[in-house]
Amino acid sequence: MQRATMDLWVGMFVMAGIGALLVLAFKVGNLGTYSAADSYTLTGNFENIGGLKVRAPVKSAGVVVGRVTDIQFSTETFDALVVVSIDKRYQFPKDTFASILTSGLIGEQYIGLAAGGDEAVLMDGDKLMKTNSALVLEEMIGRFLFDKASEGGGRENAGSD
Amino acid sequence: MPRRIVIGIRGVGHRVVDSIWRLGYASRFFLLILLKSGTSLRRFGLITREIYFTGVLSLIIILVSGLFVGMVLGLQGYETLQRYGAESAVGTMVALSLLRELGPVVAALLFASRAGSAITAEIGLMKATEQLAAMEMMAVDPVARVVAPRFWAGVISMPFLAALFSAVGVFGGYLVAVVLIGVDEGSFWSQMQDAVDFRYDVVNGIIKTCVFGVAVTAIAVFEGYDASPTAEGVSGATTRTVVTSSLAILGLDFILTSLMFRGMS
Repeated sequence: MQRATMDLWVGMFVMAGIGALLVLAFKVGNLGTYSAADSYTLTGNFENIGGLKVRAPVKSAGVVVGRVTDIQFSTETFDALVVVSIDKRYQFPKDTFASILTSGLIGEQYIGLAAGGDEAVLMDGDKLMKTNSALVLEEMIGRFLFDKASEGGGRENAGSD
Repeated sequence: MPRRIVIGIRGVGHRVVDSIWRLGYASRFFLLILLKSGTSLRRFGLITREIYFTGVLSLIIILVSGLFVGMVLGLQGYETLQRYGAESAVGTMVALSLLRELGPVVAALLFASRAGSAITAEIGLMKATEQLAAMEMMAVDPVARVVAPRFWAGVISMPFLAALFSAVGVFGGYLVAVVLIGVDEGSFWSQMQDAVDFRYDVVNGIIKTCVFGVAVTAIAVFEGYDASPTAEGVSGATTRTVVTSSLAILGLDFILTSLMFRGMS
């Protein structure tokens, strides 16, 4: 085969390969939608994070505004310390309320931000002061059963009087 | 009776020593390739020629297999996920399984049987027909002229082939899930982009393919260079290339996966 034809094929092969890598990065992966470069970090203490994972989305009004970057257990306050990185384009007031929510019944957990009314905005490294723990299903069921039991007990008592 | 036992033990010892010796020879040969690759990297035309034979000519089988693997993943993923009402997650499943495991591993297995065996057969036949010896007579180093360009061509081709495999596979999954079955197109892509992380999934997959590329081509050129210069020797070497490199790919894949994906938190 001619040398020039061979070079042409190899060039096309390499370009197709690079094109496939770009497709994987931007169309399949999240490089196009969200990058960690232009973001700021916030921290928050949660009493119970439930099933929250690193890289879980942070949403406000349903829009993804950032991601969870780190989860640690704090030995000072004995609760979970969650670090999130938020896109620079989105600024939130100081008294923003952060709660751990679940998408759907068995969906993944995410952090929902509800903006407060403060004039000052959260800066890089600030702490989310108002947090709300995840709803743990076992606790809820336990509380429900306990309430039912005490309710039933109360009626029994009333009946015996 | 004791004599037989002694012979048996001697046989075991002989095999162990032999395989260790061969392993040492193979690693010295690998170092020799790296040392002598300066010349072939300077004459890049030699590598381009070999990329044509190992990379471009493997394209058909890689693309067709990628398409079908992706389509089957789409079908099977939909079949299981729709039981839980999570059929829009089929894109996530197809993309993650292709990027993390199937893309690198299946592409490398196909590459080993399509290009690795060809490299071994070519070098082995050159040795059998004394072309390598003739080169040495003309003061041309066969490792620098024949072996190193083939090695580098394989190492360069492998990541591109695996990337094409994964990209075509995702397209195959899209064809089955969205076009054929009718999963919502928007949630197919958006859930996929939500779940696939560039550094965690794409880059780790590329690292895997680079490791597989080095392993497969190193085994292929070594087996070819080491083949006994007979028709039987060349055929045996070709078989050994496919078997050894397939096992190496699977073993390395387990090691790399356990190092890379150990749960996220």
